[in-house]
Amino acid sequence: MLPLDISSELGKAGGYLVFFLIGTGFGVALELAGFGDSRRLAAQFYFKDMTVLKTMFTGIIVACLLIFLSSAVGFLDFTQLAVNQTFLWPGIIGGLIMGVGFIVGGYCPGTSLVATASFKLDGLLFLIGAVLGAGLFGESLPKFEDFWYSSFTDRYLVSDWLGWSIGATVFAVILFALIMFYGAEKVEEYFRIRGTGKVMSWKITRRSYLFGAGTLVVLASLVWIIGQPDPVRKWKYMESRYAVQLTTKAVFIHPLEYVKTNNEATIKLITLDLRPGKDFEAFHLSGSQNVTLDDLFKTSVVAPLAQLPPQGVVVLIAENDSVSIKAWKYLKVQGVVNLYILENGLQNWKSLFADKTVAGKTFNLASPPSEVLKLFPKDSFIQKIKIGSKKRAGGLCS
Amino acid sequence: MKKQPKPVTNPYLAGTMLGVVLFAAFALTHSGLGASGAISRIQVSLTKLIWQSHVDKVGTFALMGAGDTNPLDHASVFLLLGTFAGGMISALFNRRLRFEILKGPRISKTQRLFFALIGGVIMGYGARFARGCTSGQALSGGAVLSLGSWAFMFCVFIGGYATAYFVRRLWAD
Repeated sequence: MLPLDISSELGKAGGYLVFFLIGTGFGVALELAGFGDSRRLAAQFYFKDMTVLKTMFTGIIVACLLIFLSSAVGFLDFTQLAVNQTFLWPGIIGGLIMGVGFIVGGYCPGTSLVATASFKLDGLLFLIGAVLGAGLFGESLPKFEDFWYSSFTDRYLVSDWLGWSIGATVFAVILFALIMFYGAEKVEEYFRIRGTGKVMSWKITRRSYLFGAGTLVVLASLVWIIGQPDPVRKWKYMESRYAVQLTTKAVFIHPLEYVKTNNEATIKLITLDLRPGKDFEAFHLSGSQNVTLDDLFKTSVVAPLAQLPPQGVVVLIAENDSVSIKAWKYLKVQGVVNLYILENGLQNWKSLFADKTVAGKTFNLASPPSEVLKLFPKDSFIQKIKIGSKKRAGGLCS
Repeated sequence: MKKQPKPVTNPYLAGTMLGVVLFAAFALTHSGLGASGAISRIQVSLTKLIWQSHVDKVGTFALMGAGDTNPLDHASVFLLLGTFAGGMISALFNRRLRFEILKGPRISKTQRLFFALIGGVIMGYGARFARGCTSGQALSGGAVLSLGSWAFMFCVFIGGYATAYFVRRLWAD
């Protein structure tokens, strides 16, 4: 299932080679579009040549359709894709600044690479400037660091903001792009062709245009109709990958390991208790939250769990295995990395800890201190918790 | 014998190719494309050559190149090298590989180079501010529907259009 982690498949050097090859495709596409030429890029902002808009938006919607179509049919796990973190206001200000740089310099970082590679001296000067500008930023950041870290939402999608499904959002984006393309063609015709009598250097017939637009609308409709998989459907797609962790009990932890982890300062522990409310009221572990299985279908509940830092661990407690296993499956396919089940829930908790004392004193059963571990033989439990790997955030540009 | 450069590709076709490459990037590496991140790393590694202690002190530089860390040992740098190679190969095959300074007819070559440099500085600064550039934020972030990326993209266009009138002499016929 996509995405692959090519660096772990091929090793670091192999991974770097893949990045190099992808970059080559990127550079070729940019150059073929004519983006190695600052005059063409600048013309966008005088409405004379809308190539930038057409190419960029086409690129975005093609990738968008491929991603969400493959996600809808279970071919790709979207939770594993890096989604840029949203820092809204720094992004807005930064974007405006970049717009100025674009029209003054005639390039953006990616296109200036292509221009430099085509031996354009203005491209090289721009690239040098970009390196200097990056340095200038680093130097000046301390002065407005708080602002730069403000208005943050991790992994916030347009669909989240609109409150729409991903499918509906994708469809809307495609329609928006098609409208922009139509507008771009008309604007170009007005500002460029009529004025000078020049002819565009490539030909596009009305038939191929409609065919392209039609294809996009059909694909977008498919994405919307099939819909993104809910946790139940997603488990069917991903069962082969994760089921073994359940059957080998690799993710079931002993109460002692829970106590150990809870008392470890470096680990951020989130405990979800799926038992009925009245059982929770009667006794629950300190810091645990009472949730239902239905809650695990809600983005508002799951998103913070999926976005925990690498040292975040989620432990599930339930009155029986079928509940905790179901919960584990639903959370796993929604991107929760370090996810474990407290074996047998709280059934043996009291019998395990009730008559124990630490330094002569009894302790709160809801939060046993780490000293309790010394009261048990060293091999009472097998350590199962392993802190998971990289975070799926940011991408390459941060 | 001066060869005429080949005409550029239909933007919708080039855009489709771009979209496929972008999808391949996500499919094989979890991340999209990007350029400004690597440019920052180049900046840090150049600074390291002449002033290591400064790199250790400045927050964002230190993240990439403090002490023995090699800022160039990162996937984004290889993506950048590939982009460079791809640009060169395509330019070669399309007869667009030529030493020249592209500029509007109304300004001199020196003026063009000056403004290219200034524009680059502004861009480099803005790209760090926005945590990405048009490839990283707009294309990649846009494709996965990140809200910040779409907002960013609109702002780039707004910033450019708003400024275009004031710098029209750079590009006007």
